[in-house]
Amino acid sequence: MNVRLTVNGRTHRIEVEPRTSLADALRDRLGLTGTTLGCEHGVCGSCTVLVDGTAIRSCLALAVQVEGADIRTVEGLADGDGLHPLQEAFAAEHALQCGFCTPGFLMLLAGALAEEPELDRDERRLDAVLASNLCRCTGYAGIRRAAARAAKSMRADGG
Amino acid sequence: MGDMKPAQFDYVAPASVPEAVAVLAEHGPESRVLAGGQSLLIELRYRTTRPALVVDVNRIPGLSQVTVENGSVHVGALVRHAQLERARFDDPLAELFRQVAPYVGHPPIRARGTFAGSLAWAHPASEWCALAMALDAGIEVNGPAGPRTVPAGSWFRGAFVTACLPEELVTGVLLPRPPAGAVAAFAEHRRTHSGFALAAALVMLRLAEGRVAWVRIGLANAADVPLRAVGAERLMTGERPEQELFAEAGALAAAEADPPVAPHAPAAYLKHALSTLVRRCLARAVHHAGTP
Repeated sequence: MNVRLTVNGRTHRIEVEPRTSLADALRDRLGLTGTTLGCEHGVCGSCTVLVDGTAIRSCLALAVQVEGADIRTVEGLADGDGLHPLQEAFAAEHALQCGFCTPGFLMLLAGALAEEPELDRDERRLDAVLASNLCRCTGYAGIRRAAARAAKSMRADGG
Repeated sequence: MGDMKPAQFDYVAPASVPEAVAVLAEHGPESRVLAGGQSLLIELRYRTTRPALVVDVNRIPGLSQVTVENGSVHVGALVRHAQLERARFDDPLAELFRQVAPYVGHPPIRARGTFAGSLAWAHPASEWCALAMALDAGIEVNGPAGPRTVPAGSWFRGAFVTACLPEELVTGVLLPRPPAGAVAAFAEHRRTHSGFALAAALVMLRLAEGRVAWVRIGLANAADVPLRAVGAERLMTGERPEQELFAEAGALAAAEADPPVAPHAPAAYLKHALSTLVRRCLARAVHHAGTP
């Protein structure tokens, strides 16, 4: 099937099978390998991307389903050489070690903070969001600190 | 486990309910309906289901609303878990939705998965199925024989088995409104944050003149189908809401259960958990209800 995918503001026309997941379309057809695939059945969250502003598992959506939607991946976070506040905060707070889960966490938080800019002020809410994704090396303390740091910085920027 | 890619299938995204019904009438048994997809995509990946055709209903307009009517609350087939987590409509049911929703998957799953899809999926540990059972939901389906509404009591036929025919499409769920002033409580026990419910209980009740005037108790993972603890409800109705009664009702609810046993969770343990959760829910609900 021929589908039109709009990813990070650019529209691509690609040929996919109906069974092709959004994650596979991003990685294999568009070369956007920042989105990583861990479990491929919705448990680990490493493939999290934004679809129309909302964080979803791209392994649990078909590419044909998101035709016409605004898709955002980790490649679209930075503004040229300028890192996104979330990326800055992850580096500053040592919120990554091997980095495999990081794109998923960045997109999860990008979606959550856009919806709820003061998410960091409610620790239980923040933890419930962070529990969506698995990190198996750094642990969550650094990620939690990075989320709070990014939220503050985004508020300061009027973001 | 090897490959995690689905087998090949054809795909169609009908633009209306009649169109979807026509497609299902022709392809029913070899097709699967795709709504939120947060369970179907997993099954496709494990290849435990291998439909020739996937019927994506997400492009059908008019199925994404929660509508409060005179006697009932109607949940469209495409209402996502996340919508119910934010439910603000004027009915005691909204409070129950808000309490239960955070236990369904995680935020990215809740953004796509649907309430009606959970009922169509019929996982024994599903919180929404327990809610539907406890509150006498009617599941609305449409098919070659026209629309019909199936009461929750005859909808759930076993683990992952429902009364829905392969040619039928779930279009919505009708929940009778609880009496005004009813309060809700929910409690769940699970092994890890990301696990399914080992046991879960939900309660809605209304007090009048210091006594239980109306009560509903639903149980998840208490059998291969969701349960309504009718005996415990009967025990409580008309009685004074006191701790001993909550414990007795919990024990009775657990006695009615036949929980699916797991290596780490023998039946006695699961029943104890169910009994405790029911007792806690009742205490919490009565606390919320205040002193009438």
